[in-house]
Parts: sequence; C-alpha cells; structure tokens
Amino acid sequence: MLLEVRDLHVEFKTRDGVAKAVNGVNYSVDEGETLAVLGESGSGKSVTAQAVMGILDMPPGRIPQGEIFFQGKDLLKLKEDQRRKIRGAEMAMIFQDALSSLNPVLSVGEQLGEMFVVHRGMSKKDSRAKAVELMDRVRIPAAKERVGQYPHQFSGGMRQRIMIAMALALEPKLIIADEPTTALDVTVQAQVMDLLAELQRELNMGLILITHDLGVVADVADKIAVMYAGRIVETAPVKEIYANPAHPYTKGLLESIPRLDQKGQELYAIKGLPPNLLNIPPGCAFNPRCPMAQDICRSKVPPLFDVAEGRQSACHFWKETLDA
Amino acid sequence: MPELGKDTSGTTSGATEASSWVGPSTRSVSRGESILEVRDLVKHYPLTQGIIRKKQVGAVKAVDGVSFDLGRGETLGIVGESGCGKSTVAKMLVQLEKPTSGAIRYKGEDITELSGRALKAVRRNIQMVFQDPYTSLNPRMTVGDIIGEPYEIHPEVAPKGDRRRKVQELLDVVGLNPEYINRYPHQFSGGQRQRIGIARGLALNPEIIVADEPVSALDVSVQAQVINLLEKLQQEFNLSYLFIAHDLSIVRHISDRVGVMYLGRVVEIGTDAEIYEHPTHPYTQALLSAVPVPDPTARDHRERIILSGDVPSPANPPSGCRFRTRCWKAQERCAQEVPLLAVPAVFRDADSPAAHDSACHFAEERVVVPR
Repeated sequence: MLLEVRDLHVEFKTRDGVAKAVNGVNYSVDEGETLAVLGESGSGKSVTAQAVMGILDMPPGRIPQGEIFFQGKDLLKLKEDQRRKIRGAEMAMIFQDALSSLNPVLSVGEQLGEMFVVHRGMSKKDSRAKAVELMDRVRIPAAKERVGQYPHQFSGGMRQRIMIAMALALEPKLIIADEPTTALDVTVQAQVMDLLAELQRELNMGLILITHDLGVVADVADKIAVMYAGRIVETAPVKEIYANPAHPYTKGLLESIPRLDQKGQELYAIKGLPPNLLNIPPGCAFNPRCPMAQDICRSKVPPLFDVAEGRQSACHFWKETLDA
Repeated sequence: MPELGKDTSGTTSGATEASSWVGPSTRSVSRGESILEVRDLVKHYPLTQGIIRKKQVGAVKAVDGVSFDLGRGETLGIVGESGCGKSTVAKMLVQLEKPTSGAIRYKGEDITELSGRALKAVRRNIQMVFQDPYTSLNPRMTVGDIIGEPYEIHPEVAPKGDRRRKVQELLDVVGLNPEYINRYPHQFSGGQRQRIGIARGLALNPEIIVADEPVSALDVSVQAQVINLLEKLQQEFNLSYLFIAHDLSIVRHISDRVGVMYLGRVVEIGTDAEIYEHPTHPYTQALLSAVPVPDPTARDHRERIILSGDVPSPANPPSGCRFRTRCWKAQERCAQEVPLLAVPAVFRDADSPAAHDSACHFAEERVVVPR
C-alpha cells in the first residue's frame, strides 16, 4: 500500500473552544489508484489531506492521535527536515486556486525550475530547460516562448496546468489534488481532468482527489470515501456507491443534485445544516438531519460496518438504507 | 439596532389591516405573454490609453447583440462560461449598467430610456438576487434593516408602521425564523444568507427576479433547499426568473427555456428539452458533453467533445462566428459571415425539436446527453 491513514485525528484550538475537524479517519491509496474524498465544506476532507502533506498550521492545529504510513514509514514520526525531502519529491499537492498558489512576482519558469534547484541541486540554466519540458508535457502551447511569463499572463486553465506541472516535476508517487477544477469553466475542467488522469496512468501514481462534485468523482475515481463532520461515513468502489448507497447522507446527496439527463420534479433536500465542529452532536453526527434516526443514533457513534467486499458504512441502519 | 427600534414602535401601534404584502394591483398581463423583451442589447467597455488625455483604443465587447423574451411566470436560464457576458446582461436588466445600445422593453416600454421617477417605478418590479451571500449583505446592518431597506426607497410599498411586520412575513416566506429579525448576517450560514438575499429581492413585490448564480456559493446539500425555495416562490407569486448559472444541471432543473451564451452572444436558445436533448450548435454540444454526470456507468459509453484552447478575448473577438476558433466544423464561411440566431435552414420545415434558434451555419442535431 502506497499510503495508509490510520485513525487520524486533527483538532484546532480556537477562541471559542476546540474544533474537532478530523475524528478518526482511515483510508488508503495504492499506486495507480484514484481515491475520491467527497464532502461538503467543513467535513475535514482538506484538513486530512493537509495532515498527510504535512502542511497543517501547527499551532493552532494539533494531531492528537493517528498514523500516516507512506511507503511503510510513519510520516508523523519523522522530523521536519525529513518530511521536507518527501514533500514535493515523493508526494505533491495541487490546489484549487492556481492564481493565489503561484507566486505573482516570479516567472512560471523560475517557479517550475525551483523544484529542480532545491531538490536535485540543478543549475538555474538546466532547470529552465526542465521547466520548458514540463510545460510541454502538460500541453501548454509555445512553452519555450512562455516560460519567462508571469502567472497573470496565463488563463485559468493554463495556470492550473502549471500547477499540475509543478506537482509532477519530480515524478512523485502520490498526488493530492484539492478541488483541482472547481475554479474552472466546464469545457476547461474537462481538459484539465483528462490531462491529470492521463499523466496519472503514465506515471502510475496514486491520486487522492478531494472534491464536492459528485459528477467529477463518477468520471475519474476508482473508490470513494464520503466524509461528514470529520469522519468517513461511507467508503466503497465508485460504481457501487452510486448504484446503491449504504449511508443516508450519501443517499441524500445523490438525490439532492439535479441531473443533466433528467428533468426532475422537486429536488430532495437534506434538511438542516452541517454541524458546528465546536459542538458535534453526540452519537452519529448526521442524526439531526437523518430521516432514519432512532434513539441509538443519538447515543452511540456508529463504527464503520462491513457492508460488502471493500464497502463500509458508518450507519446503524445500513441494511435498511441499502434495501430502501 | 436604533433604527429597528423605530420600526417596532410603529408596528405595534397601528398594523391592523390584513392585506398581504404580495401582489401589486397592476398585474394585468396574462400568462404566456412576454413581460420582458430584450433586443440587440450591446455593452462595450472602452479601453483607453494615456493618463491625461484618455484616448479610446478599443472596447471590450462584453455583450454584443443579445435578444430574448421572458414570459410571465417563466424561468429563462442563461448558461455560459466565465466572460461570456451573462452577468453583464443581468446588470443591464436591473439598470446597474447602462447599455451601449439596444432595448430592454418591460411591458412594451423601453426602460433604457427612462430616468427619474419612471425608472424608479420600473426598478421596483425587476429585482436581483446576487451570487455571493457573504459579500452582498452589509455586515453592520441587521437582517431586518437589510430586508427592509428597499422600503426606504419605495415607501409606497409599505408604510413605515407596517415594515417590521412585512419583514417578518418575508423571513417566514423564505423559511427563516421571523424572530431572527435583529440578528446580523454573520450569525447565519451561507444557505440562510442566500435566503435573506432572496427575501430582500422579494420585498418590493417584484414581477421579475434576476438571479445571478444564486446557488453556486452553497454546499451541495444546501443548494437543493434554495432551489426548491425559488421554485416554491415562483409558483406562489407568479414570478418570472432570469436564472443565470454556469451549472448546466441546475439550469435544466429550474428552467422552462434555456439560452446558451458564448463571447457576448446567444448562440442557441430553446426549451429545456430542445437544448439538452436536441442541441444543434457545436458549442452547446461541447458544453453539454463536458459536464460530469454523477453516474459512473455512463463514463464508458459517453461521447465527450473536448474543445481545444481557451475562450478568445472579448476585446478582440474572431470575425464571423465567434466560436469558429475552437470549432471542429469551422470553414471559410464561418470567418466571413456572422451566423444569425434563427431556426437553421435545414430544420426550417421540420416538425422536430431540433427546429429551434441556433446561430450556426452548419447546424446539425447531435445527442450528447445520455438518456
């Protein structure tokens, strides 16, 4: 297994108390595999990824519990300088907003080349040639002429390609993409997702795709982990979860999105709001919004029950949900 | 808070008449008739050079000849990618931007030529709901002040003493607790804030609501709540919506008719079934095929049209058909001749859903959404 996250907890100290952002997450990714982590804002999907990358702000963040095994090593036991060697070279991250993730006063060539200067000790001149090569690889037209340009001179789709190029520079084993196409237009989104999937196949990388878009997940993922209030509530191979969800939250999400290929009647709406992380409801965090909630849901946190081969659901009533 | 206190004192004294806040007496146009007609709407933003003597060196052609009708009680969806001019159209409809040329006729009257009192009267009937519920509400005003502010400008809609009650009714209508009237925007979630924005849009009993990306800032599970609310309000008050969004699935769900924009022009317009099931313009086809469908079994047999390149700059749009630089069908004629938005000649006599307005010289039907 390339990456294995075990019982990870992350909390943030705030003025109003301790926000429990991640409450015992387990997931794993193999080489060449795509795991989609699906969730709404505040579900802990990005915080988990930041903990894996080692880019959490600590303090106010804290990891009180958990292990992150990457190629057999527990990353949380490593020293910062050891982690820095892994970050960028072995695992890399693609962020949502390319414009604010790129340095506006450095040319894209310098930013791409920096990877080689820092990690590989290359000279500036050689690193520039490498930068051109990378830009070609992510299919930026006229790479040679554009390598000296600044981020603002590129369109949104091209900037996201540069982010991808930067993440791929040292051919990492694992890529974490946090909402990589959310800020892009539909036609450009398709171009960028295609490119990412193709490069992943080519380099046999593991990919963690963090998103809230059920459509994007269906298009590219192998397996999926649905998060709610800092926990994984359901995990399954992608085809099975869409055909037959085993958790009421997943089911509600799937029913609440309008479909391009159907003109529906009134949408199903999950009532209420996601919980406040300072004050997560006892028992199952989804119980105040769940149509199936019983007494046990308010008192006992549901563990991840094995539903089928490779499928788990954190619902006391997963059988009833599947049958419904 | 002090201002609200003022309102309260008025309410308690004399709000006895039971008239509902809804429905101006002027509503006489029958259903099916168009309430808004937009003709050849153009908005060019000048590009200037020089600091002292500003010389115009060009123009960003944000909207360049857009025409459509909006029927009473109807929802017209406008879709398109960023920079296609859809938000500029919205701003012109509510007269936040003055068109360079063209007409916006509300019940037959061109509102672009109105000013003063006449314009004010029209504005009452065309209201807007904005995209971002975090920045479109003043953080220092209470919810009551925000929703009641339109009454300051149009006091004829609600006499002073009646306002607090009306605001509370509005809160109830959009599904918020009327007792939240003294709270501030930061005390609400994103979905609740959007409800506040909608309540403000409804305050003056408008006939038309222009909604610019009203749910795109919201979480998936909350989006459905707000869309259902918009649909409920439309039926209840016979509202006409111009619904602008980039999410094609949501637009299909809520719209009766859909217009597709590209680089300042409408390229195709028709009923939702005509556009989604029988698109004839290559851009619409590419756009629809690129939308991820939440169904993993569809990914293997779905046809995808991946466009190359980016949208050209609106300051210097391509000649002829504006889509030709990214179109796989483009020929010499596309560079010479601007295609008109009309039923293409091949379909003119056809009794088929493909016979709807499409601005393409080589229009042909192609099914891209799996059924």
